[in-house]
Amino acid sequence: MTIPKVLILRTAGTNCDYETHYAFEKAGAKVDVIHINILLTNRKLLKNYQILALPGGFTYGDDVSAGKILANQIKYNLGEEITTFIHEKKLILGICNGFQVLTKANLLPAFNLSRNNSTQGEHQQEATLAFNDSNKFEARWVYLKICSHKSIFIHDEHIPAIYLPVAHGEGKFIVRDESVLHKITANHQIIFKYVNERGEEAGYPWNPNGSVQNIAGICDSTGQILGMMPHPERCVEPTQHPHWTRNGLKEREDGFLIFKNAVRYVKTNF
Amino acid sequence: MYSRIEVFFKNEFPDPLGNTIRSEIETFGFPGVASVRVHQVYIIFGNVSKHDLDTIARKLFVDTVTQHYQYNGDTVSHRGVSDRSPFHIIEISRKPGVMDPAELSILKALGDIGIHVDGIKTAQKYIINGNLSRETIQTIATRVLANTKIEDVFVYPEMPDYNHGNIHYTFKKNFVPLLDADNAQMEEISRLGQLSLNLQEMQAIQGYYRSLKREPTDVELETIAQTWSEHCIHKTLKGIIDFNGNRIDNLLRNTIMKVTEELNKPWCVSVFKDNAGIIQFDDCYNICFKVETHNHPSAIEPYGGANTGVGGVIRDIMGTGLGGKPILNTDIFCFGLPDTPFDKIPKGVLHPKRIMKGVVAGVRDYGNRMGIPTSNGAVFFDERYIGNPLVFCGTVGIIPKNKCQKEARPDDLIIVVGGRTGRDGIHGATFSSVELHDRSEQISGGAVQIGNAITEKALLDTLLQARDKGLYTCITDCGAGGLSSAIGEMGEDLGAIVYLEKVPLKYEGLSYSEIWISESQERMVLAVPPEKESEILHLFKAENVEATVIGRFTRDKILRLMYNSQGVGEIEMNFLHKGIPRLERKAVWHRRVFEEPVLSEKEDYGFDVKKILSAWNVCSKEWIIRQYDHEVQGGSVLKPLQGIQNDGPGDACIITPVLGSRKGIIVSNGMNPRYGDIDPYHMAASAIDEALRQIIAVGGSLKQVALLDNFCWGNTNKPDRLGSLVMAAQACYDIALAYGTPFISGKDSLNNEFVTDKETIVIPPTLLISAISVMEDVRNAVSMDIKEPDNLIYLIGLTRAELGGSHYYHIHGYTGNNVPKVDVTLGMKIMNALSEATNQRIIRSCHDCSEGGLAVAAAEMAFAGGYGMLLNLSAIAIEGQIHRNDTLLFSESNTRFVVEVRPEHHQQFEALIKDIPYGMIGKVTGEPLLKINGLNNRLIVHENIYDLKEAWQSPLRW
Repeated sequence: MTIPKVLILRTAGTNCDYETHYAFEKAGAKVDVIHINILLTNRKLLKNYQILALPGGFTYGDDVSAGKILANQIKYNLGEEITTFIHEKKLILGICNGFQVLTKANLLPAFNLSRNNSTQGEHQQEATLAFNDSNKFEARWVYLKICSHKSIFIHDEHIPAIYLPVAHGEGKFIVRDESVLHKITANHQIIFKYVNERGEEAGYPWNPNGSVQNIAGICDSTGQILGMMPHPERCVEPTQHPHWTRNGLKEREDGFLIFKNAVRYVKTNF
Repeated sequence: MYSRIEVFFKNEFPDPLGNTIRSEIETFGFPGVASVRVHQVYIIFGNVSKHDLDTIARKLFVDTVTQHYQYNGDTVSHRGVSDRSPFHIIEISRKPGVMDPAELSILKALGDIGIHVDGIKTAQKYIINGNLSRETIQTIATRVLANTKIEDVFVYPEMPDYNHGNIHYTFKKNFVPLLDADNAQMEEISRLGQLSLNLQEMQAIQGYYRSLKREPTDVELETIAQTWSEHCIHKTLKGIIDFNGNRIDNLLRNTIMKVTEELNKPWCVSVFKDNAGIIQFDDCYNICFKVETHNHPSAIEPYGGANTGVGGVIRDIMGTGLGGKPILNTDIFCFGLPDTPFDKIPKGVLHPKRIMKGVVAGVRDYGNRMGIPTSNGAVFFDERYIGNPLVFCGTVGIIPKNKCQKEARPDDLIIVVGGRTGRDGIHGATFSSVELHDRSEQISGGAVQIGNAITEKALLDTLLQARDKGLYTCITDCGAGGLSSAIGEMGEDLGAIVYLEKVPLKYEGLSYSEIWISESQERMVLAVPPEKESEILHLFKAENVEATVIGRFTRDKILRLMYNSQGVGEIEMNFLHKGIPRLERKAVWHRRVFEEPVLSEKEDYGFDVKKILSAWNVCSKEWIIRQYDHEVQGGSVLKPLQGIQNDGPGDACIITPVLGSRKGIIVSNGMNPRYGDIDPYHMAASAIDEALRQIIAVGGSLKQVALLDNFCWGNTNKPDRLGSLVMAAQACYDIALAYGTPFISGKDSLNNEFVTDKETIVIPPTLLISAISVMEDVRNAVSMDIKEPDNLIYLIGLTRAELGGSHYYHIHGYTGNNVPKVDVTLGMKIMNALSEATNQRIIRSCHDCSEGGLAVAAAEMAFAGGYGMLLNLSAIAIEGQIHRNDTLLFSESNTRFVVEVRPEHHQQFEALIKDIPYGMIGKVTGEPLLKINGLNNRLIVHENIYDLKEAWQSPLRW
C-alpha cells in the first residue's frame, strides 16, 4: 500500500500550511510543503505526489485580486503538469485562497479536464470569488450541507451537514452566466452549500458572503479537484470546535473527513 | 511617461466597496449621494505598447467574470454612471514615496507574464453620483476618502499627473555647529532637527565633541538622538524621581523589575533584556510575549499607524532570541467616543469613529495577512483619548529552547534583510516622545507609514529556515530609529562599520543620514559569520526576499559610518549607550475628591442593566472581532466569542501552539483607566487582578503566569502626571509580588497630551496589564456561557460597597470615590480554589465580574448560553453592611467570579470553596429571562435575555 504523499504548495503570503500539514498527516499522509519557486524550476517534482493542496492565506497579498497572481503562475507555467496530474487520477484540494487560485486558474469548475485538453488555461474563466457582499473580511463558523458525492474528498459520507469556520473577504462565488450554473448543477459539481442550523438555505450571516445559490465549494467534472471557502483543516481536533465546552469532547469528523477520504482514496487506488 | 488602465465592475454586478463608501459618506453627515462606483487605476510607467497593455489588463488586472477595463482613456470617463444625474470624480493615490504594497506584487506578476515595465502605481477613482456642491465633494474627499498626509487628492476637473521627476542626491558631508553654541542655540538645534533632546542632553553631547575637538556630523547627532529617545531608552522611568520628597533611583528597577527579581521563577528564561520576555513552555519550546504601543502614528494615520504597529511587534518576536514564530496577536485600543459631534472635534484631529475604523482595518489587514490569529483584545472609550488614541499591539511567539540566546561576534557580517529603505518614517522614535498639537500632522507626516505584510511574511518564512540551519549569530528588528538603533544595539559591546551606500533603496535621492535613520518597515538586521555568507544569501534569494551585506561587526567599540568610502560618522559605543545624563524629575500625587452621588433607589434596575450593557466600554465588540481571523494556525481552543451562537464575550483566549498537544497558553488583559482618576494605585492593582482572574475564569491557574506592563500617560515632565505613574508602578510591585506573577517585559508611552488653542487634553492614566499563562491540559478550559437549566449559580468572592469609578456611576454622570481595592491574600485563596475546581472539571461556566459588576456578568452568561437565570441578592457574601440593591448589582469589587455548577457537583464544589466567601445565589432556568430578586425579596430585574443581548449588541453593529 502506498503512503499517500501530499505536496502543499506555498509562496509569499501562504499561511494555512501548518494546520493543513497537520490535518493530512493525522489522516496518514506524508507531507512536503514546497515553495512555488522550487516547483517552477523542477516541474517534474509533482510526479512524486498524489495529492496537491493549495492552502489558505493571502498569496502575494491578494493584490490585484485574491489568488490571481499565483493562479497566473500555475496557469501559464504548470498547465501541462496539472493536466497530467488529473489524468493520472490524482487529487487537488484548494482551501480558501487555494479555491480562489484554482478558480482563477480555470481549474474549477473545469468542465473539460477529463478530456485530453492541456490548453485549459486559455479558456475563459467560468466563475470567480468576488468581494463579500458585506465588503468586510469575516471570520465565523458556518453550517455546510453536503449536496453531492461527486467529489472524492467526501465520497462515502452520509452525514447531511458539517460545521466549519470561514475567514475571508473575497468568498462570494459567482459565475460568468446562467449556463455555468446549469452545468455545475447538472454535473453535480456543487459539493457544499451554506445552510442554517436546521439545514435550510438562508441568507446572511449563514451565507457569509452572498454566494450565488449559497455555494461554498465545488468540484471539477472529474471529482478529483475540490475547492472550498471554509477551512476543514481548522476542525480536525475536538478542542477546535466552538461548542466543545457545551457538548463535550468528541472526535470531530467535520473537517477531518476531507483529509481522511483523500488519503483513503490514494491508499486504495495507488 | 506612463499609461493608465482602469478596472471596474460590470453594471450588472454590485460594487461592494462603492456601496460601503456611499453609506460611509452618509454616516459622516453628507446625505444626497445616490451611488458610488470605484475604479481601480493602475499607472504603468515606461514605454509599453498598446498590445502589451491589453495583455496586462486581460491576463492580470481584470476578473473577466465581473469586471471590465479601459486603458489610456480619458481620466474622467465615467462608465457605470447614469448620464442624467450629476456626478463627481475624485482620484486618490498615495504620495510619492509612500509604501504601496501592491506595487511589488504587480511587478512580480508582470515579470511572470513576461512584460517589462519601469514601475507601477495604483490609484482609486471614485465616481460619486449625487447632487452635491464642489465644496462638499472636496470635504468628502479629504474627510472620508483620503488621508492627505499620505495621499494626493484630485477632484475633477483637476487632473492627476503622475510624472514625478526623480530626486537626485549629491553627497555632502554635513557638520552641525555645536562646539560654540550657547544654550538657546542648542535648544534650537534640537528643535529644528526634531531631535527631541533636552538641554542637559545637548550639553552632554557638546561636552563629548569638545573633548574630541570637532563638530559632530548630522548623522552622528541623529544617531545619538535616536538612541537617547524616550522610546528607546525609557529615560523617565529609569531616571531619578523625587516623589513627594522621596528619591526613587530608577522606578522600573524598584518596582516592575524587582518583582521578577524577588520571585526568581525558574520558568522565566529571559526578562527585560531581549525584544520580548521569554518563559518556558514544554520540553522543546519556550514562549515569548511582547506588547508595544503605536499611539502617535495612529493618531495621524490610523490605518498605517496600526498596521505598522502590528508589523513592528511581530518583528519583535521574530527578533527575540534567534527568532520566534508568531502564534497569536492581541490588540487593545483606546479611542474617543464614536458619537462625538463633529463640532466637538479639535482642529487637526480625525473623528474617533474614523480613527477606530482605520485602526481596526490596519490591525486586520496586517494580522490576517501574516496568518497570525488575533484572538484577544479590548477597546476602551473615553472622551480624553480624542487627540491621543492608544493602540497597543501584542504578539506571542513560540521559540525552540536552544534558540533563545544570541550574540554577534567580531567579524560577523551585518546583513539587512526584507524590505527596502525609503524616506518613510524618519524621526519615528523622537516623534513618539513629543506632545501632539494641531499641526503635528504637517510636521511629522513623514513619521507615518504603511506596512507590507506580505514582505514580512516572506521574511518570516525565510528567517525561520535560516535560524534552524544556524546561519546567523544574532538578529534584531529595525523598529524606531531604523538601522541606527538596530546596529547600534547589536554592536554595543563590539563596534561596527557600516557602508551606507550598500543599503538597498526603494528610490534614489536619500542622503546617508536618511538611510541610517529611516524607519522603513519589514527590515531586520542579522549578524552572519563570514563562512555562512553565501549560504544565507542563496536561501533568501530562493524565497524572493532581499538580503544585502552592508557592513561588519568589529572589536574596537566604535560605530563607523561610511558613504562611498568617505567617513561620515564615528562615535564611541560607550558614549552612545552610556553617555546620556540621568534625567531627574519631580513627582507629586494628591487624591482628588469627587462628588459622591446620592442616587435614589429604584424598584426595577432592568433599565440600568441595559444601559450599562449598551455603554461603549461594555457593549459587544463583535464588529471588530469578526474582521480578525482568530482561527488561523488551528490552535484555537477558547475563542474570543463564545456560547451557543458564538457571540458571548470570552474572558481570555486559549490556544494550543503545537497541534496535537494538549498543552496550551492563555492570554488575557486588564485595564481600567477610570479607576485611575480616583486612585492610580488601585487602578493598577485592579488591572492586575482583572488580567489574572480572566486566566482563572477560563480554567487556568496562578502556577505559571507572567505579566507585561504598558504605561500610557500624559506628559510626565509635569509632576502630577508622573506622580500618578509612580503610584501605579508601586501597585504593580505589591500586587504582582503577592500573586507570585513576575513581569517579563514592558513598555511606556509618555507625553500623550494634545494641545489645542484653548486647552490641553490629557489622557487618563492608562496601564495595560497583559497576562500569559501556560496551561497543562486545555481540556480543562471553561467558557463563560451558561450550559444547562437547573445548574446552580454561585458568586465567589466578597462584594463590597465599591462603586467608585464604576459603570453604574458613569451612566448616572458620576465618578465617586470608593474605588475597588485588591485583597491579595483573599484573592490568592479564591483563585487557587477555583483552579482546583476547574482541574476537577466540575465548573460548567465561569465569568469574571468586572465592568458592570454581577448584573452585567450574569446577563452576558445568560444570553451567551441561551438560558435564563433566577438569582437572589440576599445570598451574596458581603463585607460589612450593604443595604442597597444597586450596590450589590453593580459594585465592581475585585476577585469575584460567577460560576455555574451542576447540582450533582455542589457538595464537591462547596468543599473546595469552604474557606472563601461565596454565595449560592441562584440557578439556570429554561425560560429565557434574567430574574434577580433584591434584598426585599422582590424582583428588581426581570428582563428577556434577547432584549439584554440586543442592548449589548446594537451600539457597535456597524
